[in-house]
Amino acid sequence: MQITVNVNGQDYTREVSARLLLVHFLRDEIGLTGTHWGCDTSNCGVCTVWLDEVPVKSCTVLAVMADGHRVRTVEGLADGDQLDPVQQGFIQCHGLQCGFCTPGMMLTARALLNREPDPSEERIREAISGQICRCTGYENIVKAVRWAAEHEAAARTTEPRTTEEATV
Amino acid sequence: MQVPAHFEYERATSVDHALALLAQWGPEARIVAGGHSLIPMMKLRIARPEALIDINELAELSYLRIDGDALSIGALTRHTQLLESELAAEHYPIFRDAERVIADPVVRNRGTIGGSLCQADPSEDLSAAFSAVDAIAVIRGQGGTRQVPVRDFHVGPYETVVEPGELLTEIRVPIKPGGGSAYEKVERRVGDWAVAAAGAAVWLSGGVVADVGIGLTAVGAEHFHAAQAEEFLRGKELSDANLAEAGQIAGQNCHPTADQRGPVDYKRHLAQELTVRALRRAAARAAGRAS
Repeated sequence: MQITVNVNGQDYTREVSARLLLVHFLRDEIGLTGTHWGCDTSNCGVCTVWLDEVPVKSCTVLAVMADGHRVRTVEGLADGDQLDPVQQGFIQCHGLQCGFCTPGMMLTARALLNREPDPSEERIREAISGQICRCTGYENIVKAVRWAAEHEAAARTTEPRTTEEATV
Repeated sequence: MQVPAHFEYERATSVDHALALLAQWGPEARIVAGGHSLIPMMKLRIARPEALIDINELAELSYLRIDGDALSIGALTRHTQLLESELAAEHYPIFRDAERVIADPVVRNRGTIGGSLCQADPSEDLSAAFSAVDAIAVIRGQGGTRQVPVRDFHVGPYETVVEPGELLTEIRVPIKPGGGSAYEKVERRVGDWAVAAAGAAVWLSGGVVADVGIGLTAVGAEHFHAAQAEEFLRGKELSDANLAEAGQIAGQNCHPTADQRGPVDYKRHLAQELTVRALRRAAARAAGRAS
């Protein structure tokens, strides 16, 4: 059947089988391989993407369910050349080792910060509790998310000044 | 690569449309919502429906609200919504307790309340919670709507009273003043199915248990319900001795099976101990509300 999915702001129309999973649609049909494919049983969380702004495990969502909906993947995190603060945090805090869990971790972190700009370490750990880092690098992942939270907070306090300066 | 076998996909645009599709496809069709139980089962060929009827677009089934003297939960409400609902927590904190330990946050974003009940997994948490609070399942078919107590909803493992042409649309929880509720679970690791879990709702009147509901999961309790323990405690003084006795009765009257999560005697011990803990916390909450 024919479906149209908006991925990272762009519509993709493809003829797919009903049994195609969203993770394979993203990777194999439209070539966005940043979304990883791991356990296939919705345990590991490496396939996490946003479906209408909500993080979901794309190995357990049918591509046809995303027809007419918005999906955001790791390829859609950066704004052009400008990395998302979460991505910058992962660089600054060494939030990845092998990198396999990183796309899913960053998408969950971005969703968390959008809802809770200043999450505690405990809240961050809870938010990523459905995602496994087999390098066991959780400490630095949590630090990376805190880094992003703090830098976004700093950016927010400077923003009004910039606006005032602009109006002056 | 794990992929389901071939099936036909239908997207329902309304409850009536979903019912028409169910009638059209017959008993080999399955409703899919969050899909976090059904799709893994289809990958393993444990389930092999000819058609999936997707109800994810039915916003009319996604709600948490007070209707008269009941808390009504639409079947398509996601676990995250129940977890975060202040309204649900105000009346029945048992749901927040239970939701916090169901799967993980990303799975909870997708999985639904109705799906959890209809999956009828013998270790499912909300089935015990809804049994404890004596909730009502609202089931719609083309012939009309019927209401079934959750305590009669499960026929057996993976089997419910919902007929092939029917759809669970709502879970209705009666609100009675003066109550408290709680859920206690032991799991091997975060997000796992329960080794055992107990839910309790307690209504107090002057130090006496005016009414009580107890649900159990993963320990082979019929209908996820500890009926004999409830019967013992109802009308009794709220004392440690009576709570302990209720726990013992709950432990004796369930039928756990040994598996990789533990032997029978351990699970029975957990059923007993978790019943006491859930009762104690529910009673404390009831007392806190009354004062």
